[in-house]
Amino acid sequence: MSLESSGQVETLRTSSITNVISKLIHDPMGAVGLLIVISFLLVAIFAGVLAPYDPNKIDILNKLQGPSLQHLVGTDQLGRDTLSRLIHGTQIALLVAVVSIGLAVLMGSILGAIAGYGPAWLDFIIMLIFDTMRSYPVIMFALAVVVLFGPSLTTIMVIIIATSFPTYGRLMRTQTQTLRKSEYILSAQALGIGTPRILLKHVMPNTIGPILIVASMDVPFVIALEAGLSFLGLGVRPPTPSWGSILNDGYTYIRNSSWILFSAGAPLILVTIGFTFLGEQLRDILDPKIGRGL
Amino acid sequence: MIKYTIQRILLAVLIIACAVATMFIMIHAVPGDPANVMLGPRATLEIKEALRAKLHLDQPITTQLFYFFRGLLSGDFGFDLRSNRPVLDIIFEQFPHTLILVTSALVVSTIGIPVGCYAAIHRNGKFDRVVGTISVSIIAMPAIVVGLYMLLFFSVKLRLFPVIGAGDSNDWLDYLWHLTLPVITISIAWIGYISRIVRASMIEVLNQNHVRMARAFGLPESKIMSRYALRIAVLPSITMLGVSVALILSSTVIIEIIFARPGIGSLLYESVLSRNYPLVMGAVLFSTIFIVAGTTIADLANAALDPRARKEAN
Repeated sequence: MSLESSGQVETLRTSSITNVISKLIHDPMGAVGLLIVISFLLVAIFAGVLAPYDPNKIDILNKLQGPSLQHLVGTDQLGRDTLSRLIHGTQIALLVAVVSIGLAVLMGSILGAIAGYGPAWLDFIIMLIFDTMRSYPVIMFALAVVVLFGPSLTTIMVIIIATSFPTYGRLMRTQTQTLRKSEYILSAQALGIGTPRILLKHVMPNTIGPILIVASMDVPFVIALEAGLSFLGLGVRPPTPSWGSILNDGYTYIRNSSWILFSAGAPLILVTIGFTFLGEQLRDILDPKIGRGL
Repeated sequence: MIKYTIQRILLAVLIIACAVATMFIMIHAVPGDPANVMLGPRATLEIKEALRAKLHLDQPITTQLFYFFRGLLSGDFGFDLRSNRPVLDIIFEQFPHTLILVTSALVVSTIGIPVGCYAAIHRNGKFDRVVGTISVSIIAMPAIVVGLYMLLFFSVKLRLFPVIGAGDSNDWLDYLWHLTLPVITISIAWIGYISRIVRASMIEVLNQNHVRMARAFGLPESKIMSRYALRIAVLPSITMLGVSVALILSSTVIIEIIFARPGIGSLLYESVLSRNYPLVMGAVLFSTIFIVAGTTIADLANAALDPRARKEAN
């Protein structure tokens, strides 16, 4: 693995995307991770086609049934098909994860780049914002926000963005600080290129790798947070199927209908393994150095 | 070190102040009258007026913030809307249960230190590979799933552990028995995490000159490990433990509800459901202060043990 002469991290630019993917596939852990992640994406996209039943179709006569050929993982207390609900729940889980992490990365990157590149006083203020947001216990902060603004998908996303952008911000700041003293940035400055352009064209592209790794590892946490809030009845509103609310149904009927709980936990475990393996392998391929302190 | 300590404590105070102010502003960002938000739609006009006067809601927001901070400094976190008792009293009743849970989980998590060490010494051996794969898989496991599965298998199916409650506080064996599953649920991921951190830093340390020097002098391997390598290799996990306090405290909300334990998480959840706003605020702020204190202490401990950390911070 070639490191750049100045000792900076290897980036997406030096090892092209196809190269990364081929390395991923050739490692068992990476291949498993990639396979799981792609499967979940496909399930989310084609949920309507894959689900054997309408996730909200109530069939009281067949409530709380065990696994059978008609209902592969049984039905819940309203007779709704658990498998169909889990399949549709994938949409919510991935939607929340992708949109909110995407926005958190964007927000964190901009603030982090400004902090790392700007004057010291601005750096101090931005770092104070980061540290403040990181000092809240995430779930407790989420509960406080939910009680104020009411439970909804938007509230969940705002909570996730607010609590996770500092991670990306700090990462971006560290990266920018290392890069700003490098020769190619200094020469860009000497050529009179404006600061926004330097940040956008020369600093940002070199930080994509590490951010991608952290984002990939962040997905399970975000999905678990959404599931946790929905489990507590403070997330996505019923009857919209969410893994968390299905877990809650399973928790309620834990004594007699344990398959609901068991099957609702499975996708959470799988998705966690998928994104973690992918993130780990991405790290090994792109940059073996980062991640230790994160 | 003294300069660093003062700096670090000042920063902690500043962070807490910002966290408090953010929460305060958030309440006022909600459209409508904060008195309405706090009391709910059923409150009568007189109650609302009384609350407004008590919380100085009729005055400008900066004045309100000032009163709020002054209250916090004198330990006044507001009053429970139902029983009208001070919020801090209620929190102190519940917090010991949470504190015991968090501390036990932290203590159990340190199992990761010998595991990581052993894996580093026997690098790429069978043990190292098995532990490596397991720890990668469990690190990110959501506590909610681990907790529910534990409950399902060990309490409901096998009936080995109690399903609900914290047990009898006077009977320590019973209390411990109730504590087992929640603690395992929290620490399982942290054992994996800490073992990985220790392994990574141990491998780094073992290649350093002072360890090679000790080898060259023919010191016994056990002495090299315990006196020269492990002491340095453990440092990064101390900082990690500080950060973990925040995450563990946050996950106690879910854990306490799953295992129906008393504690600050259950308290917060109940207050959220009953829209008991002062109690929600109090519980969140109290936890935040606890977390900032935890990370600050971990940073200071790290700086005391490792002079390099002090330089980096400056």
